[in-house]
Amino acid sequence: MSGLAFIIAGMLAAATPFLLAALGELVAERSGVLNLGIEGMMAFGAVVAFIIVHQGGGHAAGFLAAGVAGMALALVFAWLALSLRANQVAAGLAIAILGEGLSALFGKTYESTTVTGLPKIAVPGLADLPVAGGLFQQDPIVWLTLLATLGLWYALRFTKLGLVIRAVGENPGAARAIGYPVLAIRYGAVAFGGLMAGFAGAYASTVYTPLWAEGMIAGRGWIALALVVFATWMTGRVFFGAVLFGAVSLGGLAAQASGVSLNSQFLASLPYIVTIIVLGIISSNKRLLKINGVASLGEPFGP
Amino acid sequence: MPSPLLTLRGLGKSYGSVRANHAIDLEVAEGSIHAILGENGAGKSTLMKLIYGVETPDAGEILWRGAPLRVTSPAEARRAGIGMVFQHFSLFDTLTVVENISLVVPGTKADLGQRIRTLGQTFGLDVDPQAYVHALSVGERQRVEIIRCLMTDPRLLILDEPTSVLPPQSVERLFQTLQRLKEGGVSILFISHKLDEVRAICDRATILRAGTVVDNVDPRGHDAHALARMMIGHAMPEMAHARSLAPGEVLLQVDRLNHRPDDPFAMALADMSFEVRTGEVLGLAGVSGNGQAELTRLISGEWTLPRADAERVRMMGRPVGDRGAADRRELGFAFVPEERLGRGAVPDMSLADNSLLTAHRLGLVRNGLIDRTREAAFTRRCIEEFDVRAPGPEAEAGALSGGNLQKFIVGRELMLAPRLLFVAQPTWGVDIGAATAIRRRLVELRNQGCAIFVISEEIEELFEICDRVMVIREGRLSPSLRIAETDVQEVGRYMVGTREGTGGGDERAHS
Repeated sequence: MSGLAFIIAGMLAAATPFLLAALGELVAERSGVLNLGIEGMMAFGAVVAFIIVHQGGGHAAGFLAAGVAGMALALVFAWLALSLRANQVAAGLAIAILGEGLSALFGKTYESTTVTGLPKIAVPGLADLPVAGGLFQQDPIVWLTLLATLGLWYALRFTKLGLVIRAVGENPGAARAIGYPVLAIRYGAVAFGGLMAGFAGAYASTVYTPLWAEGMIAGRGWIALALVVFATWMTGRVFFGAVLFGAVSLGGLAAQASGVSLNSQFLASLPYIVTIIVLGIISSNKRLLKINGVASLGEPFGP
Repeated sequence: MPSPLLTLRGLGKSYGSVRANHAIDLEVAEGSIHAILGENGAGKSTLMKLIYGVETPDAGEILWRGAPLRVTSPAEARRAGIGMVFQHFSLFDTLTVVENISLVVPGTKADLGQRIRTLGQTFGLDVDPQAYVHALSVGERQRVEIIRCLMTDPRLLILDEPTSVLPPQSVERLFQTLQRLKEGGVSILFISHKLDEVRAICDRATILRAGTVVDNVDPRGHDAHALARMMIGHAMPEMAHARSLAPGEVLLQVDRLNHRPDDPFAMALADMSFEVRTGEVLGLAGVSGNGQAELTRLISGEWTLPRADAERVRMMGRPVGDRGAADRRELGFAFVPEERLGRGAVPDMSLADNSLLTAHRLGLVRNGLIDRTREAAFTRRCIEEFDVRAPGPEAEAGALSGGNLQKFIVGRELMLAPRLLFVAQPTWGVDIGAATAIRRRLVELRNQGCAIFVISEEIEELFEICDRVMVIREGRLSPSLRIAETDVQEVGRYMVGTREGTGGGDERAHS
């Protein structure tokens, strides 16, 4: 398989954990809540899903449980940050650390064990194309994530619910004045973010690399957070950023495999560097930032 | 006799030890325009929040068409038929007009867009449903708010100080709309502290002072002075008109100033030139959002220009365009910003420490250490001379009422004995007594030879204290007009732009 075909075939799957987590965070941030706990929610979701799949519960149950686990942590965060109006940055960091700790604790006995991933589903016809064929041969979670991306883009842009979430994020005071329950909407958005982070963790531990190792989320939650900001809170750009990150990380592997002698630390850091530079350039448009930015992001709101 | 549309009986609300409203009785008849008249802090806004369900009363009851009504949220108030237009609009800048409205009114966008146009034609409230709110002028935003209320088909429409944000021509137009609404069977509760407009359109006026009802009159039967007496409890203080002085040396000179901000919602300034001389007060009128904020920051030194443009702003004859606020103050410049909390004073710090922020030049700091005795003495003098109602120099700035804090900030800047003073919105949100005191101080300072530049949205205020006035619109300046040779109507025409001015005032902040 050529390097290019390898990248094209694998980039969507590599992007999926980022994409799932970033989509959830996008909704939370659009409602005005900065949830820095994504990494912990992913890690907790990852271990919960791994244990259930390892015990023979199957992937469906694993993902479901991981989603619930992520959501549970998100609700703890929401309680601190929304009901008690704690500083969102501090509360988010605390939850991130808590999630990683829980993940290490529950995963202790499963260290280095494996589970089976999911079979791929191919689009008939397209999957046989030269070079690009691999793109149309993905596991079901990738396909579902793509659907979720489209759905979320549509929901934020065209539905009443999306409008309400954006309104709450822009001006919670006005949203309350016209009769919307700001805190309830933010709770919902944060819970959705936790659910998606749980799914993202489950994908990483039971499908993408179906092997348990402590700290396996390895900062993907933080990258997802950065993607949301650099993508100026636009769904399409979050998708683009996640795929770019996936493609560049696979590109490094492909280069190594084809015998290019590059420092492996440099290759490992390449996706971070490229994504930051590209999205940094895109997000330097102040006009877009102002129009898509979330005016009340991170500010506590109380009666 | 049918029962009134809205009846309040003994309504009360306290915040901690402060009684914002106490034993309020009020009746609003069907098809009337009813004014709630009172000074800032008299409890008008609290009362409206109680009626609209934003706050819950501690005591008393609300009757709606004779039957008890309990509203605990704005949504319930709207269901009962009460709509409210806030002074600070509850609109979302990044959404379009129709999206904003669809947050409150059910329906498809196409359908809503059609209804917005129809309502606009019926009541003279035209606005483009597809426009983004951030691109609308203040007057247009207010129309959107009113349309949004009307679409929920209210029987009672509450307007909180609706004219305070409008230029004179748009006020005229708003009044026509209100008359048409009244003829259409909608009662209006009109909150204001402007006496003339209450006399112009209201059938009934309830006057509040310190949280209680002091009178209930037909405003058309009383002149403005009588109403003012009811409102403030004593006769209105007269302003001594200033004799004009021979213009002296130019202390502030702005020469062909152009500025293009990074922020897409900010206004670009184009080709501005003016000068302020010793012994004169120059005023800048205009609807907010036409470049005042940007000009303010460029003059105060909060924003600086590139070195090549240093000559664009000169103070005391020296180019300062590229200099920061501290350098400008060294030359004898003082500045009172529009926002008292955060820009004029630090809310969490004591008045004494707030004095230090700008008065450190007066020997309050020695060898890098604060001289607490002199700091306290300076602050105490400021409190006494400017009649600041505060327990003492140790009082927290944020705990003072708006008017008192403004007196303190103005006092602090005046005690610096500036040669050039720049004041933005000197009496914004300040009660009549304090406002008159501040204006008198400014005129005194001018008589002593200070050059003063004032930005205000209240035309009457500018006419009271200025020698000359200019108008800012869409980042451009009008010619300067001598107060003695102009009138409110002319200034108003510049505010809305001559082209639209004749058409009834369709002022746009962005074109």
